[in-house]
Amino acid sequence: MTATEMERALNRLAHEIVERHRGTKNLALIGIRRRGVPLAERLAKTILDFEKVRIPVGYLDINLYRDDLSTVSMQPVIQSTEIHFPIANISIVLVDDVLYTGRTVRAAMDALLDYGRPKTIQLCVLIDRGHRELPIEANYIGKFVQTTDNEIIEVKLTEIDQQEGVMLVEKLE
Amino acid sequence: MPPKIKHLLGIQDLSVEQIRLILETAESFREISTRPIKKVPTLRGKTIINLFFEASTRTRTSFEIAAKRLSADAINISASTSSVVKGETLHDTAQNLQAMAPDVIVIRHSCSGTPHQLARICSAAVVNAGDGAHEHPTQALLDGFTILDHKETLQGLKVAIVGDIAHSRVARSDCLLLGKMGAHVTVCGPPTLIPPHFDKTLRLVGQTNASVAQQSLRVTYDMNEALEDADVVMMLRIQLERQSEAFFPSIREYFRLYGLSAERMKAAKPDAIIMHPGPINRGVEIASDVADGPYSVILDQVTSGVAVRMAVLFLLTGGKDESD
Repeated sequence: MTATEMERALNRLAHEIVERHRGTKNLALIGIRRRGVPLAERLAKTILDFEKVRIPVGYLDINLYRDDLSTVSMQPVIQSTEIHFPIANISIVLVDDVLYTGRTVRAAMDALLDYGRPKTIQLCVLIDRGHRELPIEANYIGKFVQTTDNEIIEVKLTEIDQQEGVMLVEKLE
Repeated sequence: MPPKIKHLLGIQDLSVEQIRLILETAESFREISTRPIKKVPTLRGKTIINLFFEASTRTRTSFEIAAKRLSADAINISASTSSVVKGETLHDTAQNLQAMAPDVIVIRHSCSGTPHQLARICSAAVVNAGDGAHEHPTQALLDGFTILDHKETLQGLKVAIVGDIAHSRVARSDCLLLGKMGAHVTVCGPPTLIPPHFDKTLRLVGQTNASVAQQSLRVTYDMNEALEDADVVMMLRIQLERQSEAFFPSIREYFRLYGLSAERMKAAKPDAIIMHPGPINRGVEIASDVADGPYSVILDQVTSGVAVRMAVLFLLTGGKDESD
């Protein structure tokens, strides 16, 4: 996926989110660290461009809620969660780069519910690569990519990786 | 990523990278204590034993709160209510606790080196919550964390530590931590309360770690000299219970020479902060108006303590050691 294709996909996703919510009232985006954060910011900027409304954006670190903390080899680096608005009774759209097993999203929902009781939680991802291990589906999908278990989806974002694009690479054994 | 920390026995064993990792992790944990629901499920199912052979309010409560906010099960044992009064040795107590498979044991004891002995007996991670006059690593970490709230960096910072240095494990841990992080420390107190060659021995301890070798540590018996241009003034408690041993003639004389008053603070930098590990003796080592004044961060230290101890418990329990 090239930079232009990514931009087109994000534009479409921004429009879909606003269309499905019939506007931007009581709507907030929450990016899952790390790459969900710049994606959420970009979606919010696109929405600002065509709706002239700045919707709130929060960042969520899900590491404290992972289900594999005692089995992972290296301890994850904990980053801060920044949600500077009350989430009770509003519609939250979680934003992440890749949807794979669904375990990150499960952790994100648990983390979010510790902050309050949103009206709805939806999920927006740039890439859905299949292989779910939990009954979780995305509401907004940039692109569905058929993958096998020994492939990796690499999403590169200018804000983090100084380059832009999505690549499907073979896992090194 | 620095090597995983197995036990937290002292600042002496920590590298600069490990100290940084603990402080950065604590920064992320700070926010949890400001939530309406102050709990995350991270350490669910982990058992943490607080084994306190010495009196403590702050440290024990702080460890307990830290454990509970991470959803761990915390159990408190104090010497007066344990089998120690029936004559059980530390070794036996440790083996019995180990038989119940805790994940972390936090220990405070009046004998230096007790946590190290415990670490050899138990497979649980051991945290030193103060051993004799040796070390109190989490206090030093939370002091560093609190200073970083108010100052950009520890590098090059002028820190004065004033009071009973001889009996203070806090002074020792703070000197090591601040030295490793590049601060310039001046310790000050009456000659009877500073061990001879304090600076040289502490530097010797540090020599096992190259980064500490160049640490700058000064000793002075003149409080004005210690406070001059200081960014941080750290006061230590005068252990009144030891007053019978006559380390100084009278409390009034001590306050006049080594007590922190508003007048004295004028020698320090205008934006200097005042710290104290607690419990404070008002009018002995610190005047009431200074302790409650705008530059005092004494209560911020207590708040920082929870975040730092959460970080320590998290880093000790999660993840596998690469060398295993």
